[in-house]
Amino acid sequence: MSAPPAPRPGLYYPKMPATWWLRRPAYLRFMLREVSSVFIAIFLAVLMVQVYRAGQGPEAYAAFLERLASPGWIAFHAVALGFALYHSVTWLKLTAVVQVVRLGEHQVPPRLVAAGAFAFWGILSLAILFAVLLRS
Amino acid sequence: MAEETITLEVTRYRPREDREPRAQAFTVPYRKDWVVLDALNHIKDRVDGTLTYRWSCRMGVCGSCGMMVNGVPKLTCAAFLRDYLPGPIRVEPLAYFPVIRDLVVDIEDFMGKLRRVMPWIIRRTEQPLTAGEYRQTPAQLEAYKQFSMCINCMLCYAACPVYGLSPLFIGPAAIALGYRYNLDSRDEGYHLRQPILAEAVGVWQCTFVGECSAVCPKGVDPAAAIQRSKVAGAKDWFLSILLPRGGRS
Repeated sequence: MSAPPAPRPGLYYPKMPATWWLRRPAYLRFMLREVSSVFIAIFLAVLMVQVYRAGQGPEAYAAFLERLASPGWIAFHAVALGFALYHSVTWLKLTAVVQVVRLGEHQVPPRLVAAGAFAFWGILSLAILFAVLLRS
Repeated sequence: MAEETITLEVTRYRPREDREPRAQAFTVPYRKDWVVLDALNHIKDRVDGTLTYRWSCRMGVCGSCGMMVNGVPKLTCAAFLRDYLPGPIRVEPLAYFPVIRDLVVDIEDFMGKLRRVMPWIIRRTEQPLTAGEYRQTPAQLEAYKQFSMCINCMLCYAACPVYGLSPLFIGPAAIALGYRYNLDSRDEGYHLRQPILAEAVGVWQCTFVGECSAVCPKGVDPAAAIQRSKVAGAKDWFLSILLPRGGRS
């Protein structure tokens, strides 16, 4: 690793403002993608508590569900769902850029790889939805 | 009929005289077929000969005339005035680079990083000239061709907030060119080049903003090169754990 170059006299070194991510829509979309992980992390923490409560018996679990039914938690889950969907879409789109898929000597176009990933995500989500609806 | 005009707000900076850059407005004739570089040349030839900027080929090959046009890194030889009507057009030096004078930035940092990734073919032993050229199939060429289109214009650095925040980051173009040689079937320098790409200030600094690829005027995808180098780096690390005596041939 090289050391940072020493500032040279006469040159102007621009500073990065704290609001750099507001300069361009693409930067803002990037920051939203990064921030989405915070909401997903909180959702997963809540999910773990939910599993723990389920292990404590039906009454504890019912009491926990009642707390989750408050408007605040419903609003949080709605926002978390939005961020989870946004994160998933960006992740699948980027996966197609990262993963080179070859058929023989030819590379499968990244758009086709992304389309396959989205189709798989859709089918899997529908299967889970179907299984949940079947049980309820 | 009055001549149509358009205003350019050009960043000026005089070393050792100005504390920081300032914008100067110039009104230039508007021509449908003029690019921003034509307008700058008009200013230098007819209005203010002290305006300083780099340019050479005027056809998107040399990579010299990269500047921020309305906040977006562009080759000014390919940025038509007609796309910025009615103006004014903000012309600034490439973001995140130290400014030497007006629109000229210091590229030493990039040149050093470019040298570090060894963007040339490395052979364990060179074959004699009598053996002829190193041959490639069209598929072997296709594997790296898009990354070889880089013209070192550094627009990708000016689009990368990671480079702005962490100037030690090797950066998009240098990594893409290192990766290009890693992909080349004639090259045998992966073991020398990949550790540099995979070091802390290398590919792992990248958070995949993706703007480097969006602004590239030559259709290179440095973001893909960086993420694929991450995959290669992670694979090497796993192999070094599983096969400590060397998994790579």
